[in-house]
Amino acid sequence: MLNIGKIEEGFVLDHIKAGKSMDIYEHLQLDKLDCTVAIIKNAKSNKMGKKDILKVECDINQLDLDVLAFIDHNITVNIIKDGEIVDKKDLVLPKMIKNVIRCKNPRCITSIEQELPHIFFLADEEKEVYRCKYCEEKGRDH
Amino acid sequence: MRHLMSPLDFSVDELNKLFDLANDIERNPAKYAHACDGKILATCFYEPSTRTRLSFESAMLRLGGKVLGFSDAASSSASKGESVSDTIRVISGYSDICAMRHPKEGAPMVAAEKSFIPVINAGDGGHHHPTQTLTDLLTIRSLKGSLDNITIGLCGDLKFGRTVHSLIHALVRYQNIKFVFISPVELKVPDYITEMLRTKNIPFEEVIRLEDVMPNLDMLYMTRVQKERFFNEEDYIRLKDFYILDKAKMDLAKEDMLVLHPLPRVNEISVELDDDPRAVYFKQARYGVYVRMALILTLLELAQ
Repeated sequence: MLNIGKIEEGFVLDHIKAGKSMDIYEHLQLDKLDCTVAIIKNAKSNKMGKKDILKVECDINQLDLDVLAFIDHNITVNIIKDGEIVDKKDLVLPKMIKNVIRCKNPRCITSIEQELPHIFFLADEEKEVYRCKYCEEKGRDH
Repeated sequence: MRHLMSPLDFSVDELNKLFDLANDIERNPAKYAHACDGKILATCFYEPSTRTRLSFESAMLRLGGKVLGFSDAASSSASKGESVSDTIRVISGYSDICAMRHPKEGAPMVAAEKSFIPVINAGDGGHHHPTQTLTDLLTIRSLKGSLDNITIGLCGDLKFGRTVHSLIHALVRYQNIKFVFISPVELKVPDYITEMLRTKNIPFEEVIRLEDVMPNLDMLYMTRVQKERFFNEEDYIRLKDFYILDKAKMDLAKEDMLVLHPLPRVNEISVELDDDPRAVYFKQARYGVYVRMALILTLLELAQ
């Protein structure tokens, strides 16, 4: 069993689907932060069989967690201060996401317009459907 | 400042005001002949669409305004690689309102975000063509007296037909509408539309043969069945005549059933029907100018 120590201040992102931790690492742009990050892949889980865990030691205001809900709203976000869990954050699907996913519609203006951000709006909360702001193509459909 | 990007940008009340204005323009053109004196409409057409461009230009000229613009991307700075955002910021200094057609979906919205003048989406790829939908609604309201209580047949290519999809979305906002979809199986209306109608409890039926439903319709919206939409020539030859409106089929229709078509027509409506008072597609093209006149006045905040 691999042991990773406690963090003093930051986040523990638990119940990440096995294998998805690197996606989250990239979306949260953790590579750009000068902080300690532990990526635990394929940890044993009673609930999920296997799961990934991310531990990020940083100021808790430093991360935009909205994007997490878009990736997987079943992730548990534990907020750590002084080495203890002080809060658990419920993830709510963001109404809008910017430059998280790209519009794949080749007929969309985003495919040619210089430096145009890829913006998606939550079009159907129940079905978790996001649509491109410009062409309304589905960006994600579960 | 307002723009027009989608047919649903205006509420039903706002559309009623727009259509009242269009009807007033139709009745009293002289009253509006100088309403846009000193104003300039830019027609930025990144792909050719002569009919739409000319109807916008006619609308502005009939309001006493002037027009400038380009009619394809090759004759614009887009051919040098200029972005839509930059173009509209320049055009904003040259004109007071802009009608933009672009092959890329969402391009007019990008323009609207950066523009200092109102932008009208004059068609963005297969996405929206709101002034066509406004034209269709004005034609129906003017000739039927109302947009409520209508059984409307939509015939032809219902799968890819952008005008048909927009018209359905626009009509579901009115009372007691029934849709009859007439198309080959290959070109059926997409599932997301029939699902939407079921969710809203709006009655519809899907049929293959036009003759079967002609007597029930108050309105028939014809579109073209294009050969290239079929997987094989055999199916096309077998089905194409089902979707050609001729005198024999019109004889089955109600005396006051109206035939609409977004035009251009190729062969889906026989020319022998052109003199039938129920064939209103050329009148519809005229309403296209009135509705654009009303729209220009509304977006320029010159409507009284």
